[in-house]
Amino acid sequence: MSKIQRGVSLYSFQEEMFLGQMSVEDCVAYAASIGAKGIEILPEQNMPTFPDISDAEVERWKEMMERHGTHFTCYDMFLDTKLRKGELLSDEEQVASIERDLRLCHRFGIKNMRILIFVRPDILEKCVPLAEELDIHMGVEVHAPWHLEHAWILRTIDVADRLKTKHLGILPDMGIFMKHYPPAFRARFERQGARPEITQFIVDQHEQKIMCEYTIYEVAVKMGGNKAEIAMAETLRHAPYANPKRLKDYAPYFRHIQAKFYEMNEDCTDPSLAYEDVIPELVKCGWEGTLSSEYEGNRWIQDVMEVDSREQVRRQHVMFDRLIAKAEAELENA
Amino acid sequence: MFDKYLIDETTLRNTGPADAPTGFAFEAKLGYYRGIGLSMIEKLDVSIDGETVARDAVRFDEGKGPISLDEMETAYDRRWPFGTPATISVQYPGGFPKGEHELSLVEQLRVSYLPFPSVNTDVKRVTF
Repeated sequence: MSKIQRGVSLYSFQEEMFLGQMSVEDCVAYAASIGAKGIEILPEQNMPTFPDISDAEVERWKEMMERHGTHFTCYDMFLDTKLRKGELLSDEEQVASIERDLRLCHRFGIKNMRILIFVRPDILEKCVPLAEELDIHMGVEVHAPWHLEHAWILRTIDVADRLKTKHLGILPDMGIFMKHYPPAFRARFERQGARPEITQFIVDQHEQKIMCEYTIYEVAVKMGGNKAEIAMAETLRHAPYANPKRLKDYAPYFRHIQAKFYEMNEDCTDPSLAYEDVIPELVKCGWEGTLSSEYEGNRWIQDVMEVDSREQVRRQHVMFDRLIAKAEAELENA
Repeated sequence: MFDKYLIDETTLRNTGPADAPTGFAFEAKLGYYRGIGLSMIEKLDVSIDGETVARDAVRFDEGKGPISLDEMETAYDRRWPFGTPATISVQYPGGFPKGEHELSLVEQLRVSYLPFPSVNTDVKRVTF
């Protein structure tokens, strides 16, 4: 049996929470109802009194987890290096901010912290002693347009290796596995005035994995692309397709995955991200951790339709169950 | 990501004496998927029919009292939480113009991990 667990980041329900249609507890209850028992939180989104969280509030959250048979998986931190106009936080202030989050994370009993990708590896190195003391894994979010083997990510891996620590590593966001251009993106650009022949060209270029700058120049200069067409071409800068086969090499460095997606088909397949290739790799290498849904499709469809994050998340979990079971069966028969 | 939801036009009202309004106010939300400290809100540009009101005529209040945009720059202990309406009030002699007009709000945020400012715009047709 695979040790992969299913979970949801509260980020997935941002549309309904923003509009006041769902409370945090509604999100947790829904996740539990589809068997996604691991809950990833964004305190700066989900806790209006952040960073002054009372013990009573921490208790309320823990009781809510208990009520729904759920558990925390990950704490998404932020770092406001640009807090002050015109100057960045000093190194000491950055470390202090991360340590504040580590302590808060610990009060919730959470063992994984999502570190924003822009945080410098040498700053994180200074946070390792506290992360070790509190037994929290700091995972640098590997988010498109970065990818698993980007030199910036390798710097964090180098620091983790040098320190021989289990408390610093990475946290892959599945947006790095964009095998096909998302139909929801294309449709939105067409509604904004992009011509179908141009959007087809961009999709075809992405399908062939042609390096984005060629396509951007073609669209912007040679084809005389309009604003929407150029904007669509420019999204290719953030549309990498990393090699899923490399996941096993990095598996020792991550314990949690942000299962990004933009839309799910009615038949519970993802039209864009390569979960069909990713999940077998995770199963094969015996990776242990949570696939935590991160639905980010609302911004691409809210101009024409009501967003239904619950249904989207539900479909992704049907896909997870199917792909995990299939990969396990293939492994047994191998 | 939430641009079209920033202005709650149903809350638009005049401020000051009813027979001689000195301005108008409305509720708005932050166009971001998390809350943020007020010092990182660089601009709250309010425009009527494309004419942007002077920066020093705008006040923001998330519940802790009205504050100017310049004061917000150093309001390190105040935050605008996610999905929570705040009051934006504007000194505008005579109040909001009668009839159908375009009210717009541009929120410019200094988001640390972005190489450029985050700019969020909502434009609403309102009949007042």
